[in-house]
Amino acid sequence: MKLLTLNFLTCAIKSCKSSPASFPLHPRDATLEIIESDLNLAFLRNILPRLMWSELCTITRELGLPALPETVPTGEDMVEKKEGEEEVASQTAKDLHRVLLETGIREGGLVCGNCGHEYKVLEGVGNFLLPGHLV
Amino acid sequence: MLPTPSTSHVNFDRVYEPAEDSYLLLDTLSAPSETGFLRQRFNALSRLDHTNSSPPLVLEVGVGSGVVLAFIAANAESIFGRHDVLTLGTDINSFACRAASQTVQSAVQESHSHSIALDIVNGDLASCVRPHTVDVFVFNPPYVPAELPDFAQHAAFSTLSKSDSSTTFEQDSYLLELSYAGGVDGMEVTNRMLGQIPHILGPSRGVAYVLLCAQNKPEEVKMNIRLWGPEWRAETVGSSGKLAGWEKLQIVRIWSEVSS
Repeated sequence: MKLLTLNFLTCAIKSCKSSPASFPLHPRDATLEIIESDLNLAFLRNILPRLMWSELCTITRELGLPALPETVPTGEDMVEKKEGEEEVASQTAKDLHRVLLETGIREGGLVCGNCGHEYKVLEGVGNFLLPGHLV
Repeated sequence: MLPTPSTSHVNFDRVYEPAEDSYLLLDTLSAPSETGFLRQRFNALSRLDHTNSSPPLVLEVGVGSGVVLAFIAANAESIFGRHDVLTLGTDINSFACRAASQTVQSAVQESHSHSIALDIVNGDLASCVRPHTVDVFVFNPPYVPAELPDFAQHAAFSTLSKSDSSTTFEQDSYLLELSYAGGVDGMEVTNRMLGQIPHILGPSRGVAYVLLCAQNKPEEVKMNIRLWGPEWRAETVGSSGKLAGWEKLQIVRIWSEVSS
């Protein structure tokens, strides 16, 4: 499960939705995997305003990954300045691509900060189905 | 005609096989009227409002084989006029999640599309999706008026047991029922989903496509959606089948028109 996916997920329990603590879900005992993919510079530049940056920093910290910049990078930060040539992805862009799209949770749990419910990730697939008594 | 993604790797004993309803979604989403609407709504260049230039997130609930989401991901440039579309899916059937994930990844690779395929998660409708993040929502529901399956068996039936390498006939029947049985009027699952739509769609550009059959009483469904508020719209934008037939299908587009 890609870390960028976590930017769009929250606790499935209805009563948690109104609590800010239900996002982000916190990884627990996670085994990570790297699946390499092509870097899409236009995408990285455009996605920046959609990223919940401080929450993303929390997730990477909890996973023990290299720290992200404290503030969200700008579109210009994504490009290496090279005059007269085609745009080249900067190290910041490469690092962000690595974290958001190539790093995934293979096995482990995702815990809601509000109710404490743990969702399992098995073979890279997150299970957000709730047991009957929680629906 | 845009190419239909391959689903040859999918085991159709456990996962819904693409059928007339799936193809109606593909045809509708790639018809000039819809691509025109979507390009205008999501084209970064035509919008001055900065928030509208971010990549659209497409969510499909109940992906099944993944053929619809894969089609959108692979043909995003033709449909949206963009190279940066994000796709996310859910299904209640864990076998479908794995199959659809492969369908989407393969379609993106083969088409050399620039779309970003996020995960297919195992979940109930869109209950795990963060509110107001979805730009394009797609739902091909279990729409047949038939008794809902007994969810008490779900945990046991949705995975392979450790000792078995294949699913049982009972298991397959249950998984198939999940894909078509919609309860009273075929609307019990769809009504729950419609209740979530205003909460998951992005406020300024969100749009939903929901498939209905004639027995779902589509005119009534659209009237009820318009009662959500004065800004809500619901229109039929694609249909198939004979008017007098039981299987007459249609795609309803649901969106809000926020005055700017």
